[in-house]
Amino acid sequence: MKIPYYPGCTLHERARDFDVSARECAKALGVELEELPIWTCCGAVFPLVTDSVMDILAGVRNLEYASRIGDKLVTLCSFCYNVLKRTNRVMRDDLEKREKANLFLRADTAAREEVESYTKTDYTGQVEVLHYIEMLRDVVGFDELRKKVENGLGGLNVAPYYGCMLLRPKKEMEFDDPEQPTVFEDLLATLGCDIVDFPMKTECCGGFQIVNDEELAVMCSQNVVSSAIKRNADVIVTTCPLCRYNLDKKQEEMIERVRGFRRIPVIYFTQLLGLALGIDEEHIDFSDNYVDPRPVLAEKSLL
Amino acid sequence: MERRIGVFVCHCGSNIAGVVDVKRVAEELRKYPGVAYSTDYTYMCSDPGQNLVKDAIKKHDLTGVIVAACSPTLHETTFRRAGRAAGVNPYQVEIANIREHCSWVHQGEKEAATEKATRIIKTMVEKAVLDEALDPIAVPMTHRALVVGAGISGIQAALDIANAGYEVIVVEKDPSIGGHMAQLSETFPTLDCSQCIMTPKMVEVSQHPKIKLMTYSEIDDVSGYVGSFKVKIRKKAAYVDRDTCNGCGLCMEKCPAKTPSEFDEGLADRKAIYTPFPQAVPNKPVIDAEHCTYFLKDGKCGICQKICPVDAVDFEQKDEIIEEEVGAIIVATGYDLYPIENMGEYGGGKYEDVITSLQFERMLSASGPTGGEVLRPSDGEVPNEVVFLTCCGSRDPELHMPYCSKVCCMYLTKHAMLYKHKVHDGQAYVFYMDVRTAGKGYEEFYTRAAEEDDVLYVRGKVSKIFEEDGKVMVWGVDTLTGKKVEIAADLVVLGLATVPNVAAKELANKLKIHTDEWGFLAEAHPKLRPVESLSPGFYLAGAAQGPKDIPEAVAQASGAASKVADLFAEEEYHREPIIAVINDDTCAGCKVCVSVCPYDAAEFIEEDGVARIQEAICEGCGACIAACPSGSAQQRNLTDEQLYRMVSAALEG
Ligand SMILES: Cc1cc2nc3c(=O)[nH]c(=O)nc-3n(C[C@H](O)[C@H](O)[C@H](O)COP(=O)(O)OP(=O)(O)OC[C@H]3O[C@@H](n4cnc5c(N)ncnc54)[C@H](O)[C@@H]3O)c2cc1C
Ligand code: SF4
Ligand code: SF4
Repeated sequence: MKIPYYPGCTLHERARDFDVSARECAKALGVELEELPIWTCCGAVFPLVTDSVMDILAGVRNLEYASRIGDKLVTLCSFCYNVLKRTNRVMRDDLEKREKANLFLRADTAAREEVESYTKTDYTGQVEVLHYIEMLRDVVGFDELRKKVENGLGGLNVAPYYGCMLLRPKKEMEFDDPEQPTVFEDLLATLGCDIVDFPMKTECCGGFQIVNDEELAVMCSQNVVSSAIKRNADVIVTTCPLCRYNLDKKQEEMIERVRGFRRIPVIYFTQLLGLALGIDEEHIDFSDNYVDPRPVLAEKSLL
Repeated sequence: MERRIGVFVCHCGSNIAGVVDVKRVAEELRKYPGVAYSTDYTYMCSDPGQNLVKDAIKKHDLTGVIVAACSPTLHETTFRRAGRAAGVNPYQVEIANIREHCSWVHQGEKEAATEKATRIIKTMVEKAVLDEALDPIAVPMTHRALVVGAGISGIQAALDIANAGYEVIVVEKDPSIGGHMAQLSETFPTLDCSQCIMTPKMVEVSQHPKIKLMTYSEIDDVSGYVGSFKVKIRKKAAYVDRDTCNGCGLCMEKCPAKTPSEFDEGLADRKAIYTPFPQAVPNKPVIDAEHCTYFLKDGKCGICQKICPVDAVDFEQKDEIIEEEVGAIIVATGYDLYPIENMGEYGGGKYEDVITSLQFERMLSASGPTGGEVLRPSDGEVPNEVVFLTCCGSRDPELHMPYCSKVCCMYLTKHAMLYKHKVHDGQAYVFYMDVRTAGKGYEEFYTRAAEEDDVLYVRGKVSKIFEEDGKVMVWGVDTLTGKKVEIAADLVVLGLATVPNVAAKELANKLKIHTDEWGFLAEAHPKLRPVESLSPGFYLAGAAQGPKDIPEAVAQASGAASKVADLFAEEEYHREPIIAVINDDTCAGCKVCVSVCPYDAAEFIEEDGVARIQEAICEGCGACIAACPSGSAQQRNLTDEQLYRMVSAALEG
């Protein structure tokens, strides 16, 4: 089964481990993630201006590219998912913006000759934007997934961290209950993990604030990390490169700030999935993690 | 018969005459066919104005009257009465609205307004010449009322009607009457004990010779119309012959099957055979088959049956349908709390020590599961820091309910105060958006809590609640200092929104009465008819119509009861005769009218092969008239011919 896939910029740069592990896992599950032949940055943040169409065009373009090769679009980074899903909603519901965006698309494709055998129809939001977790749940199915698990992850205390972008705003994302979400836990349960329910799983990691107010962002991520540590988590799993950066890399600073700070690895859920599916460690690639997860994984005999 | 119409043009001071040339209008009309008399006057609605009409009727032998004045909603009745006094049938007195429809909207266009006023009146003349003399339709009246729901509202309404001398049937879905008020500890703003003021009324209901009390019963079906509703009541199987049972309670003592008590909001268990609380009325148990061992395990158990000294337990009992006829129906189905599970950000339903306001009420109650002590559900300890949250689910259009639930500010103030009375060195916090205290003695009550009982009021919302180290952590903001507030509390009480009873929505559908978008019963007019439904014969009482405290619920109940007494004061009920009629001679028997009528008033008469409209039911909505392909269905005094002539007059020239 082929599904159009939008990796986004970060997964081609800093978060290659996320990209590689996701592709390998999909393959093991019988899904081929077909990377869009052309794509650009999604825009990175969904614009809050409501009177302009310019700011959503990056997203619209990528969605329209996807519509040429399929009816779904899978993505991984929480930011990309947030932007693409909300942009798609605008294209479905806001007729005026839809029309304007399509005028742009028409001019755009006409200007670029590289798209040949392509008959142009308006983009009306027909593509379904899926997060990889949704793909696992709805396309593969957790029951099917359970059958493919080679190494159950029992004994590993995993704290699932959702962050904000997957869940909010609730009405637009329709991903899960933003206050008490459970889909991540359901996935981890399928892999046999021991789940750590920690109250900060939906608190903000600091996000982009890391760029202009590092102090604030580190405070936010420390709150998340400490909460998971306090509840005896062995690892935190995330769905977002930025969350990973703030929670993992910034432990450097947390060590300075908090006496006796115990470090905890922060890994992508696809890395954990890879372990469970018995994928080669080389494809899971733990080399980019600031806090090395390998010791704890080895200790639990998972490597 | 020759029609002789009189036209009376009102100046309404300068309201009309300031724009419309009333003299010219009266003059124009004088020349119009069918008009026998035409004049103008400063205030037609005044006594001299009405006398002018009466005198003219007699002097000019008028058969119909048109008063060109303000909207018929204001003075139609006035002039119809005047007409009748002088011998003209009220349904031959018409109003031509030349104020709202003309002078008020055409200020500064005198010429055009005068022309329009003339046309409006001519249009009404065309109607009036064909108006028939009609009489209100008299339908028989059953002088017996039905009250659905027996919380304090239903109880009050039933007692008032019964004391006025009419029979009342009270239907309550639960095993006992009392509703939510029976669950409360003490009541704001006077702190009198809820049960103490409630139980005498409950007993009175059960003993009143005019009241037939049916608990553990529900409405299955209602048909008919005001004055004679036919009601099917389902008496649910109690598996106890409640007439034989003497209320000794032995069965409840010995029953081995337990389940969380609804009355105690899950803070304690009850048995499978139970009365909700010791002062229940009637104080006779019912068996809840869903939790009874006998029903769950094929006849194993039956202890209650063996122990019952009067042999009242009857496992064979079935639901029973009882039919009753009543003239009026009061709906007093009350409210529920917004589900605590919907407050995910507060861990509602997840953390044991985050509880609902009704749970806290049960804890405060001397007869409650903790004997009146405030204890944490998780470990039974006395909490030292208790946080109360207002507006949980209320005033939150984005995520929950947009409306104010009205009673939570007050009962949380009461809660904080009573907690302080019991735990002197404890700390009570109330997070609020505004403290709404609009009621007699309410502001004083709130001041007392803040000043004398040291309840700490924090203005701001709470964003998150979670458990940590055995405490309930409350993250909020104090918007007066602009600071984040973090409280390590022992117990959190949520002031959850008031929502309509789930069962009430279903009932409203059965009764075909309107509700608002949230399911609260809709009143006929938000200001002037607050206790009536738009459907004739239905009245509203209590929190079923919208969030209310006890004094308001009782006042509304008494209001509804007096409306019923008002209705019952007549031997017969009189309905407007402006309804549909079907011409037997032209009706083709296609039954379209039967299928479109929203009130089931159009019926098909097999032996005659034609349709007929039941006078007592037809609301005159006009659906069948528009649908009838042969034009056989006509509205009285608004026939096709009348409408045609009216439109022609309006468009003439
Ligand atoms: C925590 C809390 C504390 C409060 N404290 C105070 C206070 O101190 N002072 C004050 O003035 N007010 C207080 N109130 C408000 C008070 O509870 C209400 O004003 C009052 O109970 C409303 O009475 P009611 O009869 O309209 O509704 P309810 O008490 O809800 O009664 C409705 C009855 O109808 C029955 N019913 C529902 N549907 C059906 C059906 N389809 N068929 C048959 N029967 C049906 C129900 O079983 C129930 O018995 C408080 C409310 C709460 C939540
Ligand atoms: S049969 Fe047994 S379980 Fe059922 S009500 Fe009687 S005593 Fe209780
Ligand atoms: S719709 Fe008209 S023709 Fe048909 S049954 Fe009714 S009245 Fe008769």
